[in-house]
Amino acid sequence: MRRLRLPPPPRPRLRALTVWRRNVLVWRKLMGAALAMNFGEPVLYLLGLGYGLGFFIGEMAGLPYLTFLASGIVASSAMTTASFEGMYSVYTRMVPQRTYEALLATPLTVDDIVAGELLWCATKSLISSSAILAVAALLGAVSGWQALLAVPAFFLVGLCFAGPAVVMSALAPNYDFFEYYFTLVLTPMLLVCGVFYPVDALPGALQAIVQVLPLTHAVALVRPLVAGLPLEQPLLHLAVLAAYAAAGWYAATVLVRRRLVS
Amino acid sequence: MAAGRSTAGAVVEARGLLKRFGGQAAVDGVDLSVPAGGCLGLLGPNGAGKTTTLRLILGMARPDAGSLRVLGEPVPERAERARARMGVVPQGDTLDPDFTVEENLRVYARYFGLHGPAVERRIRALLDFAELSGRAHARVQSLSGGMRRRLAVARALVNDPELVVLDEPTTGLDPQVRHHLWARLRALVAEGRTLLLTTHYMEEAERLCDRVVIMDRGRVLEQGTPAELVARHVEPEVVEIRAAGGETVPALPGTGACRIETVGDVRYCYTHDARPLLAALEGRGDLTFLHRPANLEDVFLRLTGRELRE
Repeated sequence: MRRLRLPPPPRPRLRALTVWRRNVLVWRKLMGAALAMNFGEPVLYLLGLGYGLGFFIGEMAGLPYLTFLASGIVASSAMTTASFEGMYSVYTRMVPQRTYEALLATPLTVDDIVAGELLWCATKSLISSSAILAVAALLGAVSGWQALLAVPAFFLVGLCFAGPAVVMSALAPNYDFFEYYFTLVLTPMLLVCGVFYPVDALPGALQAIVQVLPLTHAVALVRPLVAGLPLEQPLLHLAVLAAYAAAGWYAATVLVRRRLVS
Repeated sequence: MAAGRSTAGAVVEARGLLKRFGGQAAVDGVDLSVPAGGCLGLLGPNGAGKTTTLRLILGMARPDAGSLRVLGEPVPERAERARARMGVVPQGDTLDPDFTVEENLRVYARYFGLHGPAVERRIRALLDFAELSGRAHARVQSLSGGMRRRLAVARALVNDPELVVLDEPTTGLDPQVRHHLWARLRALVAEGRTLLLTTHYMEEAERLCDRVVIMDRGRVLEQGTPAELVARHVEPEVVEIRAAGGETVPALPGTGACRIETVGDVRYCYTHDARPLLAALEGRGDLTFLHRPANLEDVFLRLTGRELRE
């Protein structure tokens, strides 16, 4: 009988940063368009929903609705940004563009490539959520400088969602595959994890499920920082996000290894 | 351009290499020794296991059995160390479309941990070598197929490699570009680098390679210099005969001493002395013929058969 052996954990080296750096260089070339995209949709949400709905709602969970919404959207935007990058961009480099094949002819390993990509996904989350935070601040939805503490949290949230997205890329036969993940995983999370309304408005059974979803903890960690409220159970939220990030990192590395090195 | 170094002994040493994909052996017990310096050609029809062999050498595939050393490093265990001293020109195009010609080289050098003024000098030398200096700031997408392939070769040289591995380097290129690329590759050998290339163009192998290894169905069938293989496996002279109008070539006197193969409407007569046959063909207006020395393609077809491969 063969004993079940888990694939070895990721072992990236410092050289992984050259992959991260490659993406930074490309991003810099298209920075204008990239930032416009980063600002675009969330700003529409903030203005449309925040002001529009906010007019009727007034306050939610003791916060002005614009503040409530902005503090949720900075967290959810970290999720969507890392997910898009980890799926469409990573898949493009892995399959049609064959970039990783070129990278694997250098001293880089799959573990290095995945590490560089995950760090880059998280970096992009940090950039896009910070951009929205700045807009929210201009709209008066941010209370005070402690909101800057949310910036490293954006990175962690991005890392947390980058792993599963790269897993999807490693499994995807084509781009259409990502629709499942958006429809079945990301959109439901966006709707139930406290971005638009408090989690405790949900029925009890659903609340239990929602409590294990990473976006719930991302919102719960970021919202008080943006709104100027005391943090509740920050270590729990950090631990959950870090656990998802670690598990995603592991799964992404193992599956990309399987796809690229046979 | 900096001169390559020569490594004593073999740069690639494979023993009993085995790689299966779903029960099917793509590489089936291959012994391969690539001597330092010169060019070794890996020949074989589609599906012979050439590309899989290269992937094993690069550490991009893990062998199911056998041992492999590349530039003295055990592969795949320390493949990264071997790859640091290798250059790779992959089949098709893996250039980075998000960068210009020059940026492709600069970013690629970073993956080897190389940057700074020495790398900038090397990039300029490589752009000259690839005759792309005028296109340094062009987007990769704007380059012709030949330019892209030259850039791929330049990129493979960015780390001043001892061993350059090329997977079908001239497939899909027009004759002018191929001849140009062959000259560049011979220049690399003259610098003291070792070239390992796969090809299914026998002409390419004869022009470039000091030694060839013929593979089929995952096994090594034969190896040696092109001249050795011709002498060992086929008669020195060939007469190809074709009937006018595509009809079957009739039996001819003077073919008694020939080994005859027929493919479609062409009859190949392999012989040590073509004179009797040529005399018989004299004045036959219904037949066209070509008398030529035997070459590597004859050896290749003799060893791997003439049936079509998909």
